[in-house]
Amino acid sequence: MSGTMKELSNSACIVGVDESDEIGVLPHKSQLALHLEAITNAVRDAGLKVRDVDGIFTAGQHSPSLLGEALGITPRYVDGTTVGGCSFIMMVGHAVAALHHGLCDVAVVSHGESGRSGVGVTRSRDTSLSGQFEIPYGFAGAPTYFGMITTRHMHEHGTTLEQWAQVAVSTRKWAALNPKARNREPITVADVLSSRPVCYPFNLLNICLVTDGGGAVVLTRADRAKDCAKAPVYVRGAGEATEHVMVTQMRDLTYSEATRMSGEKAFGMAGVGPKDFDHIMLYDAFTSGPPIMLEALGFAKRGEGVHFFEEGRSTPGGSLPINTNGGGLSYTHTGMYGIFPIIESTRQLRGEGGARQVPNCKLSLVNGMGGMLSAAGTLVLANQR
Amino acid sequence: MSPAELERPLPQPITPEAKPYWDGLREQKLMLPKCQDCGHCFFYPRVVCPQCHSRRIGWVQSSGRGRLFSFEISYQPLNKAFKVKPPYVLAMVELEEGPRLMSNLVGIAPDPKLIRCDMPVEVVYEKLNDEFTVPLFKPAGSAGAGAGR
Repeated sequence: MSGTMKELSNSACIVGVDESDEIGVLPHKSQLALHLEAITNAVRDAGLKVRDVDGIFTAGQHSPSLLGEALGITPRYVDGTTVGGCSFIMMVGHAVAALHHGLCDVAVVSHGESGRSGVGVTRSRDTSLSGQFEIPYGFAGAPTYFGMITTRHMHEHGTTLEQWAQVAVSTRKWAALNPKARNREPITVADVLSSRPVCYPFNLLNICLVTDGGGAVVLTRADRAKDCAKAPVYVRGAGEATEHVMVTQMRDLTYSEATRMSGEKAFGMAGVGPKDFDHIMLYDAFTSGPPIMLEALGFAKRGEGVHFFEEGRSTPGGSLPINTNGGGLSYTHTGMYGIFPIIESTRQLRGEGGARQVPNCKLSLVNGMGGMLSAAGTLVLANQR
Repeated sequence: MSPAELERPLPQPITPEAKPYWDGLREQKLMLPKCQDCGHCFFYPRVVCPQCHSRRIGWVQSSGRGRLFSFEISYQPLNKAFKVKPPYVLAMVELEEGPRLMSNLVGIAPDPKLIRCDMPVEVVYEKLNDEFTVPLFKPAGSAGAGAGR
């Protein structure tokens, strides 16, 4: 199939995953330290050594060359694609291609972000357009942009504040089962609706956490993966696309073209469709994100993605578990969250989910956005070829 | 007026390709870039047409009318330099000519029960200083310029 990497399906595996030593509120740790903790932990998880790593992939303020320097290694392949929080998801696909062509043998995708405490961080943003056309009107921060997509979705499709709230409720049920999750107390739809209004249509509990943390994912070719410490997780499909940066430029404000394209590419490469998955991880910076992503990925008709979050479907014990780590809403959200859903899917496929383990989990979907559905990356991961 | 006294952050940095837009606003005209080849009217200003990729970009004056494509109500200030007292309405407006832009909806109470997507709106101008005027929008046909926020 043209336009996909079909011949590369199952050619590379995730062999190591881990977070930094701790995640949460970490004023005693620099952003670089979060990267280095995550990388060393993930490499150990794989049963490899840091000196085995020859490909470094990272997004954000620290370049892959800085990570190489700090680790005392000289990577022969680097990738610094930075298109928002899904960059790490895209990089798994990039790593598959690089590994296939022998550009590197052991690839590490690393994330570290002192997103809450700002330790060892230079805060600077590209304001060339928003400074002229958005900031003078009070726009500031993701809620003031993603809310536009959400309000319009409610207008066009009749989705409700109660339905968005149910996404937070479902996700919190999973967080209660994850010892690493920040917020684990049960919540109800009424709790979400009565939480502090921040920016209509979002109350506080519709919005992700703001935390510090790191995460890393180690990949190698399938032949070498057999020698690693744990059972390999095959990258069966990968896809990506970008559409816009400014949310005014989104062609259809309630349908993400980038998400659709990334899903089509990943599913085409893997030879699977929406009905095949046992487990789903979606980038939940806001409660409205995951339902809208499911619509663009072809799981649901437009306006009907919210039904996936009803009790007995996405929830623990449900028919199609979603965001089983507790998500950006309740587990952690450092700013560029995309590494964490990859880690969770890998753990579920390995059977390392503990109290939150999804029974008989064989095929997992990871989909994430960058910016305001501006960019998207999709992975199809499996524990068998 | 010094920036410290301003209610809003001044638009910056101004890009050269957007200068006709800011020049027009100073004269209370909402100017939009328009492709001289395919006729596509777009926003934000840029040196290439995002539809046909022509580099021949001209300018037309917008009617200032459009619809409220989407909105939010901000209940807390998220930027210290923005001093309009919350709650205020963040607006995405789709102009009659086609382009969408961000602004504020004024002249209506910031209440999600009163504000509806697709309600007709029209431009009002708020002068920030001698150099900068920004376009705000009010419900079409309603009284008052920037008042009623």
